[in-house]
Amino acid sequence: MSALLEIRGLTAHYGDFQALFGVDLALERGEVMAIIGANGAGKTTLMRAITGIARVSGGSVALAGRRLDRLAAPDILRAGVSMVPEGRRLFPSLTVEENLLIGAHARRGSGFWTLARLYDLFPILRERRQQPATALSGGQQQMVAIGRALMSNPDVLLCDELSLGLAPVVIREIYAAFPTIRDSGTAITVVEQDIGQALKIADHVHCMMEGRITLSGRPDTLSRDAIHNAYFGVHA
Amino acid sequence: MIWLDTLVQGLMLGGLYALFAAGLSLVFGIMRLVNLAHGDLIVLGAYLILGIGTVTGLNPFVAALLALPVMFALGWLLQGALLNRVLGEDILPPLLVTFGLSVVVQNALLIGFSADSRKLPVGPIDAQSLPLGPVTVGVMPLLTLVSAVLVIVVLNQIFYRTALGRAFRATSDDPVTAQLMGIRPRSIFAMATGIALVVATIAALYLGARANFDPSIGPARLLYAFEAVIIGGLGSLWGTLAGGLVIGVAQAFGAALNPEWQVLVGHLAFVAVLLVRPRGLFPRAND
Repeated sequence: MSALLEIRGLTAHYGDFQALFGVDLALERGEVMAIIGANGAGKTTLMRAITGIARVSGGSVALAGRRLDRLAAPDILRAGVSMVPEGRRLFPSLTVEENLLIGAHARRGSGFWTLARLYDLFPILRERRQQPATALSGGQQQMVAIGRALMSNPDVLLCDELSLGLAPVVIREIYAAFPTIRDSGTAITVVEQDIGQALKIADHVHCMMEGRITLSGRPDTLSRDAIHNAYFGVHA
Repeated sequence: MIWLDTLVQGLMLGGLYALFAAGLSLVFGIMRLVNLAHGDLIVLGAYLILGIGTVTGLNPFVAALLALPVMFALGWLLQGALLNRVLGEDILPPLLVTFGLSVVVQNALLIGFSADSRKLPVGPIDAQSLPLGPVTVGVMPLLTLVSAVLVIVVLNQIFYRTALGRAFRATSDDPVTAQLMGIRPRSIFAMATGIALVVATIAALYLGARANFDPSIGPARLLYAFEAVIIGGLGSLWGTLAGGLVIGVAQAFGAALNPEWQVLVGHLAFVAVLLVRPRGLFPRAND
């Protein structure tokens, strides 16, 4: 049986510059996958290519056997892939609750995630629901961004750089929600620069460098040296 | 007492200018598109009401109701087939295209209806007036102002109380992230322009009932509308109403001083407001 999300030979270009070189990845149902790598390794481009924001120049992306790589971004969301973008990108004209509701704009049937369940997951958002989303702290904004992405009840949730600019205690609080999200039936892919955090939560870790996957494996099978080599491209 | 009367007349005139401006404000607020053909589309709406009335024999108010869905469809098509293609980082292409559209609409109306001036025959209501405290107001001007307030209230309800309005605001904030929510910005824009032309049709009814119109008067209406939007603060609907009222009142007082000064004093009020509040009376916080 094929994986839930299957990426084969994916390439992407920005003009003449090639950002992804034949990336192969597979995400199974109920799995958490982490993609680590330094700045400029192509992690965000990979997320943008999967969600249709960046154009794919070759290879394929399929969700449960259905090709996504020629669809426009709104149709990819409808197919079941949702993203928490880098920098959160909340809508400043909308309140916290409206930001969550806009996530359900293209909601697919009745799923697990509702406003009430999200407020149970992140209780602080219930208190702040009438405030402008951008009036919240960075960590709370990240919770809104995750909730907004969940409101479409996706099969796959992509999270780009969740921990960027957040305090360690806040990062732990946010990642504490992941088991609940996974148990709701959503498979998760996180892009992280925080290697320790990625190893802690993921079933599978992939390391990227210069637009290629340089290392893949289960967290417990990867040595520090192997990760170091794959991350920086030099021998420790 | 004459000044109070002038103030009231100015507010009613301002209602008409707010109606001219509301559609322009809506479209600008959502997609940063300045539609230079907006005035001509209002005039087109007036001819459509006139045409429906002439063919069916219906009162202009009823004819306007029939014109509303036609104008919505026209706006939807105009955005979907033409304006969506030129929207982008560069603001010049949409300006040029809507300028060209303005010329096309004017000339098409000239061919279809000649340069003769027309008026919508609203019947006896045109001459009726109501005593309102110390002043007497015409029923049609009063209806114009009430309609303007209602239009702004309804647009605000759509904007802040409906899923469509949420999508309008989200797309206006960040069209790329809006796509990640499953929103299709182009169809959102088409809805917005459709609604803008519905408002333009309401404006057309009162424009055509108030005074004579001919195919060439669109650009001057656009100028008043544009000034109302800028006085109010770009993207604010209540601000647009306030902007329309400021111009209307200024014109009424100008006309009271000297009939030749009516238009001039309106423009001077526009300049004066911009000198004091360069971003308008109610600027959006996050622009």
